[in-house]
Amino acid sequence: MTAVTDRQKLQYIAAKAADSRVNVELETEGMTLNIGPQHPATHGTLRIVARLDGEQVVSAEPIAGYMHRGKEKLCEVRTYPQINTLINRIDWLGSFANEVPFILAAEQLMGIEAPPRAQWIRTMFFEMSRISNLILFLGDMGVQLGAVTPAFYAFRDREFVLNQIERVTGGRFHPNFDRIGGLKDDLPKGWIVDTKAVMERVRDFCDEIEELFMNAEIFSARTRGIGVIPADVAMQYGLSGANARASGIDWDLRRDAPSGLVHPELDWKVWTHPDGDSFARFWVRLQEVREASKMVDQICDGLPSGPIMAKVPRIIKVPAGEAWVSTENPLGEMGYYIVSKGDLTPFRLKIRSASFNNVSITPWLLRGVYVPDIITILASLYFILGDIDR
Amino acid sequence: MTPTLMFGLELAYWQETIIKVLLGLVALLLLTGGVVYLYLFKFVSFMQSRLGPMEAGPYGSLQLLAEVGKWLQKEDIATEKADRFVFRLAPAIVLASTFVLFAVIPAGPTAVVSDLGTGIYFVLAMSSLSVLGILMAGWASANKYALLGALRAAGQLIAYELPLVLAVVGVVIAAGSLNLQDIVAAQASGEIFGWDGIGNPFILTQIVGFTIFMIAVQAELTQSPFDMPIAESELVAGYQVEYSGIRFLIYFIAEFATAVAFAAIASTLFLGGWALPTAWGLGDGVMHVVGPIVISAKAVLLVGVVFWVRFTLPRFREDQLQTLAWKFLIPISLANIVATGVLKVVF
Amino acid sequence: MAKPQVPGIVKGLGITLKTAVETMFPDGPLKPPAPSKGAATVQYPHEKEEPAPRARGVIALKEDNCTACMLCARECPDWCIYIEAHKTLAPPRREGGKPRSVNALDRFDIDFSLCMYCGICVEVCPFEALFWSPEFEYSEVKIQDLLHDKSRLDQWMHTVPDFEPLEAGSEVKVKKVPR
Repeated sequence: MTAVTDRQKLQYIAAKAADSRVNVELETEGMTLNIGPQHPATHGTLRIVARLDGEQVVSAEPIAGYMHRGKEKLCEVRTYPQINTLINRIDWLGSFANEVPFILAAEQLMGIEAPPRAQWIRTMFFEMSRISNLILFLGDMGVQLGAVTPAFYAFRDREFVLNQIERVTGGRFHPNFDRIGGLKDDLPKGWIVDTKAVMERVRDFCDEIEELFMNAEIFSARTRGIGVIPADVAMQYGLSGANARASGIDWDLRRDAPSGLVHPELDWKVWTHPDGDSFARFWVRLQEVREASKMVDQICDGLPSGPIMAKVPRIIKVPAGEAWVSTENPLGEMGYYIVSKGDLTPFRLKIRSASFNNVSITPWLLRGVYVPDIITILASLYFILGDIDR
Repeated sequence: MTPTLMFGLELAYWQETIIKVLLGLVALLLLTGGVVYLYLFKFVSFMQSRLGPMEAGPYGSLQLLAEVGKWLQKEDIATEKADRFVFRLAPAIVLASTFVLFAVIPAGPTAVVSDLGTGIYFVLAMSSLSVLGILMAGWASANKYALLGALRAAGQLIAYELPLVLAVVGVVIAAGSLNLQDIVAAQASGEIFGWDGIGNPFILTQIVGFTIFMIAVQAELTQSPFDMPIAESELVAGYQVEYSGIRFLIYFIAEFATAVAFAAIASTLFLGGWALPTAWGLGDGVMHVVGPIVISAKAVLLVGVVFWVRFTLPRFREDQLQTLAWKFLIPISLANIVATGVLKVVF
Repeated sequence: MAKPQVPGIVKGLGITLKTAVETMFPDGPLKPPAPSKGAATVQYPHEKEEPAPRARGVIALKEDNCTACMLCARECPDWCIYIEAHKTLAPPRREGGKPRSVNALDRFDIDFSLCMYCGICVEVCPFEALFWSPEFEYSEVKIQDLLHDKSRLDQWMHTVPDFEPLEAGSEVKVKKVPR
């Protein structure tokens, strides 16, 4: 039997004080487990303070902000081309998609419309960033559940998509390709043929993941019925994207509120799933990858010819006004609210990022689940820290 | 003890034991190292469309040596709140419980360190000591993640001891002895419905037992799909999380040595061990040389299966794991024992 | 919990085995194993992959075209371009004309430890003095060495590839790189 030393007593008091600072209820039993900010499962520097009773979670609270870079404030002192560079880095896995709503909002304020060829190519890159983002999700879900091999297949097949993006834009992860009034450059010769081959490969990968991973009974046992989000709760918390569609909410901005992209002209389907559990979220995203690859194929076939850039003044001064544009990004609904006073820089740029709302459901969702299920749920909700913290 | 003949020399018992132990250690370490290279570095890399380590030595064959060197030169860290003595003792217990297994695995007609009359019983008893080491590691680390991992490990390893034991009982009934050399002999000189072309490897009659044994082995090694205690993406190495340097190296070696040990035992029990069927007419003299090669090959094959499953399947949750053991494997293995007993008496 | 049925797990095992075999024997089971060919990875630095011609590796400067208009330095989001210039007199364009005053570059440094590789400087340059080059192997031991000065930026011009021809249907004129 060991006597409790003064030091241990002080440490106990300090631990309780730290607990109270993060608003965790003081309970006399149970263990506080700090998941993160350095943890392989939290997709970045997210910290979840979970109070456990054995292996069950009593309460959980996410603490974001470890990666806050002050994007909105930075953008107040940057010109519009410079802002484009910065916002690439919000959702760094599908980074072309970050630029799109911003550029559309700026074009709305300036009253410029991009030529049709630019709109089609913009949509194609939008969908390709969705493919690149979600392929990584499919592999990453495997890692979180313990199967390391799907992640390697995901990275291997994602390389092809990134190579295609690099051939056009020069950057694999941060294309910085969208411009107010169009795009920076046109497609190099032979690109479309190669892209169609890459889309075939993407579809093969989806089949492979389905057979290797989704059909494994262990996967079903780990994800079915775990983290069920009813549709009304999803709407209350502002979930968007595949998370909402997996709860049965039939809402996709590409179809219901299109703005400037050519989705209404393509033949595609919105996938929903009634269950709302982790399996549903995985399944919906798998189908979305397939759908996006078909959309890219259609765009490759139907690409109109024409100029790639509209007539835009050299120095971009956006006229005074406010504009809000949101699009169906890979992670969910992302929107930009630009308040401009006619300067070179916006007066205020508000970024509505999808993951911030998606992660806000974790306190409600993580009550009463087991520790391994925390990981499953976080993996299936799929947030990127850059998107939460900006 | 009467002096025995070994390599044609007359040696006292203690001299013979020392030589056997040393040879056993060398064989075990070489085999473990080979298995690590072959499977952990190369096979898994090929499964993932990559090449694995290629720089250290030709085709990366000296990578394990490089890794050992790296771990040996690391700082020996123990956290402030850790219980130093227990923290340091835990890896030794895990390693000891593994190395001791190699004392009874026969690699030839006389190539066994200690031919116990209750060989397989000894193996099963000794292998369950590792639970103690893991619990010690988890508690002494003074880390919540380690504690969670250790408690999960305790539950899992104890739960899967039973299917392991019960699967072996079927083999023991079929062979009629607990002695490993007798089990090997029963398979080598046995016959299937009167045809003795390939002897009577118990994998054919005890296929259910074999499957249960391999699943239980997977769980005893805490490999996917049963790697909750280690659970890399949640607990980041579970009970091993506070260990670094030599101590982590000991866990690493223990894990692979246990894999080799269990695979060797499985091949002894189910695949015929070091013996080739007697019908092939190879005498004892040849088997002294060929025996170790044969059992190494069979063990490496089974370790391959273990790793193949490990790197493909996701992991079970703790309660699903326990359900699998208690509600499925144990009843099935009990039924297997009953069936084996009945068939043994009838035939 | 779902009762474990064999098929799903077994198919998964089959896929990994198939991938392992494909990596080991990319030419089919009859030829000898060639994992280096079958693997999806490239053994850098023994083998190297060619980046795309448009890849943003490093920025090259054609000094003759630069007039020190400072547009690139101003537009850089990181302000990593440092320019100093002075005015000199250049010979008149025609006989008997006045000498022209032009800017001569003293210093044109790009600090690649700050550079975000966004390409705004290359885009806004009105005199076609900056170009992208796909070279990426210029890591240094000291961070100060990542400040590439005028002569080094000029050296990079040798690695700038020509602009590629564009897809059918494009109405953009492909420019030429001044050599």
